[in-house]
Amino acid sequence: MKDLLDNLDKAFESRVRLGIMAILMVNEQVDFNQLKELLEVTDGNLASHLKQLETSSYIAVSKQFVGRKPNTTYAATEQGKIAFEQHLNAIEQLFNNKKTNI
Amino acid sequence: MDDREHLHTLTEIRSLMERSSRFISLSGLSGISAGVCACVGVGVLVVRWGIPLFSQSEVSFYELATVEFIKFLLIDVFCVLISALLLALYFTRRKAKIKGLPFWDKSASRLLVNLFIPLAAGGIFSLSMIYHHFAVFIPATTLVFYGLALLNASKYTLHDIRALGLAEMALGLCASFLLGYSLLFWLIGFGILHIIYGTIMYFKYEK
Repeated sequence: MKDLLDNLDKAFESRVRLGIMAILMVNEQVDFNQLKELLEVTDGNLASHLKQLETSSYIAVSKQFVGRKPNTTYAATEQGKIAFEQHLNAIEQLFNNKKTNI
Repeated sequence: MDDREHLHTLTEIRSLMERSSRFISLSGLSGISAGVCACVGVGVLVVRWGIPLFSQSEVSFYELATVEFIKFLLIDVFCVLISALLLALYFTRRKAKIKGLPFWDKSASRLLVNLFIPLAAGGIFSLSMIYHHFAVFIPATTLVFYGLALLNASKYTLHDIRALGLAEMALGLCASFLLGYSLLFWLIGFGILHIIYGTIMYFKYEK
């Protein structure tokens, strides 16, 4: 049991960070406002979670200008995608283990 | 975290992935209404020009391809297209409101762009066929291009639309060989298939 829990990624412990990764798994690029609408969180909250994912190099950030407005888009890195999949597999295994124990 | 919480997390992830990449507010009722519009459009053609639906007769698109007929045909098709689009918009908006989803977002615009690229190509191609007096191929061409457009759009909305696209393409290809039955294929493709598809979608996702 201990081993299985070790496979869960600390970076995905938060609901928001898990949500961000889920969205970036199926979309090439997503900007800040889209994430905010989909996850229904505040600017500050989202920004800090994004920062944490960026620090663990699970997401890549690119900044550009649309007209004169700055626009920041986010994409999942290869490393992030692998980590996310492993995390989901770990959750799935927890489930399966419970079932066989019963 | 206990089981229930894990399960909740997984459902949430799945829903986020769906919602962020696909436009899921498309209503089955919009399919049904589009089908009804198409049936009316074909009905008008049958009544006004006396084209028989079920027999490969003398009176076909080919014989009728006069300027007057083509004009009538274009107006008829245009009216069907506009009314089908407006009704689709109305029902989709209604579904989005009921489900509390945004009606217009990035996934909606992605869906429309990818639907309209093959559709516009097909439309222009059809016009070129009128120009070259090949109007007889229009039903087959429009069906094939519409099928391709749906196939392309299926990546950005409910998967089920892919099957509809394939069916439209198959019908269009049949129509290209059985030119005499063009109008019948049009009725089946744009009318009946839409109604069947819309009904299935309505009961699958909205009931």
